[in-house]
Amino acid sequence: MGMTMTEKILARGAGRDSVQPGDLVLAKVDFAMGHDLTIPPAGKIMREQMGAEKIWDPERVAVTQDHFQPAKDAASATLGRLTREFSHQMGIKYYFEVGQGGICHTVLPENGLVLPGELVVGADSHSCTYGALNNFATGIGSTDLACVLALGELWFRVPETLKFVYHNRLKEWVEAKDLILYVIGQIGVDGARSKAMEHVGEALKYIDMEARLTITNMAIEAGAKNGILEFDDVTREYLEGRAKRQYTPVSSDPDAQYEKVFEFDAAKVELGVAKPMSPDNYAPLSEVAGTKLDQIFIGSCTNSRITDLRRAAAVLEGHKVADGVRLIITPSSHQVAIQAEKEGLIRTFLAAGAAWTTATCGACLGGHMGVLGEGEVCLSTTNRNFPGRMGHPKAQVYLSNPAVAAASAVAGVITHPSEVLKHLPADLAS
Amino acid sequence: MTLPKVIRGKAWKFGANIDTDQIIPAKYAIYSLDEKELGKHACEGVPGRETWASQVTPGDILVADSNFGCGSSREIAPVAIRGAGISMVIADSYARIFFRNAINMGYPILQSPQAAEAIQEGDELEVDLEEGIIRNFTKGDEYRAEAFPQFMNELLHMGGLVPWVRKRLEERRKAAKAAS
Ligand code: SF4
Repeated sequence: MGMTMTEKILARGAGRDSVQPGDLVLAKVDFAMGHDLTIPPAGKIMREQMGAEKIWDPERVAVTQDHFQPAKDAASATLGRLTREFSHQMGIKYYFEVGQGGICHTVLPENGLVLPGELVVGADSHSCTYGALNNFATGIGSTDLACVLALGELWFRVPETLKFVYHNRLKEWVEAKDLILYVIGQIGVDGARSKAMEHVGEALKYIDMEARLTITNMAIEAGAKNGILEFDDVTREYLEGRAKRQYTPVSSDPDAQYEKVFEFDAAKVELGVAKPMSPDNYAPLSEVAGTKLDQIFIGSCTNSRITDLRRAAAVLEGHKVADGVRLIITPSSHQVAIQAEKEGLIRTFLAAGAAWTTATCGACLGGHMGVLGEGEVCLSTTNRNFPGRMGHPKAQVYLSNPAVAAASAVAGVITHPSEVLKHLPADLAS
Repeated sequence: MTLPKVIRGKAWKFGANIDTDQIIPAKYAIYSLDEKELGKHACEGVPGRETWASQVTPGDILVADSNFGCGSSREIAPVAIRGAGISMVIADSYARIFFRNAINMGYPILQSPQAAEAIQEGDELEVDLEEGIIRNFTKGDEYRAEAFPQFMNELLHMGGLVPWVRKRLEERRKAAKAAS
């Protein structure tokens, strides 16, 4: 019987010819990631409880300082220190200090650390992001990470695969973010619970790697174990000069078994948002246009890579942030910030009256640099808007793409970007 | 730490899709190494449960509807619930990372749609972990929990992933010694 991409990767990791959904396997991990909130407990569990002195392979681990760093208070400074010390003591090759890395899920792909055909785990729920690069990537907890660091292997339940087929092509302004918000709106926050989401179809051919990462980033918002895309020219080109290891792409067999197949006409997907307080609370933009805002946040591992910032800058160019609202822009990595500086995007942001920050998770998880107060309304390019996610439990968060966020900052209310900039320049379409 | 055979306690009833930001708001992640402190803030983000943690009597049982623990990967979610004094969780279903984290910690959880639907707040429960049977003394009912795959049961009964890794490291050391 044929296998899906996800099944093939897990079978290879487990050293088996084949696996089936529901099988529990012990599999070798190709790459692992932890950050300032998950490395301190994982390091402690690994050393003090499991009794391991070193990690299985210092060249196959990346550590970022992103969630509460640069330290927002004394307690997070301690977490930063423990993360730093552990990384140095273990000789972790890919340790990214404050000011040199950024958000894990942007840093790993841009440094070519997570590759096609690999089995990747990260102690962070959005580790599913890497699957856009044709690998199996999933989020794990700190004890899981401790196990991987000590042994280089971990137990997995082979998931059922749901296949999502996207026909045709997205329309002008409609981005990968709108597509995935629409899909999650259709299937719900537990619509893919513990399952693999395999995304295929013509529409993806026209979607660049950065936008593909937005699609897989949000797999967890549908409860999925992983999101995965096929290997194609876009993948190959993205990895050229970037990939740190040899890799072997995987593809699903023609007779692979899917639990369910969903078909969508990408050309029919509208610009949209997720309304408060759940990522599956989808609404077309027209339904919420005019909603008064207090804060607009362009940031996070979902939508703050360079192509996102280019689109936001195109909309903001020559405009000012409306009175009564604030716009916070947080690049998702240091490399993104360097590129934004080169291209003059930062000048556009600053001239518009936006707050430009260092690369960090920041406001996305209500950590610092843009925490919401009671009753405040925010439009955010992030991935999750459960109560309290960005601050006060009674703050209201809408999720959107960066062009919508930029236009809404100019208008002060939720706005279609074409009201600020007639057409999206063709080279900026995703 | 191995599992008790039977757990008795009073039920606290929660709804569907309770996510990890509600179970333990991210700002408390700075206490990730302090279970008692996390416990004080458990479920603080669930509307109407702001002071819930202070009302828990050690041994109480948390019962929830579907997709319990969705959202982030933070292991401090089950840690906070344990820290609050909750002896175990019963739910209609779990989000996968919460499920993994609980099993890995050796923290007892059961999945039972039947129990999740029938149990009401304050019901007195007795749970036979080995048999997977939940008895409701208040209602005079009995519910079955779904059986876990063998390996998960083993992990749970060993006390979680820590003792399992210790054993495996030991085997590897022995193998390396034998080879040298
Ligand atoms: S940016 Fe937000 S979603 Fe992404 S890793 Fe950071 S906290 Fe998580």
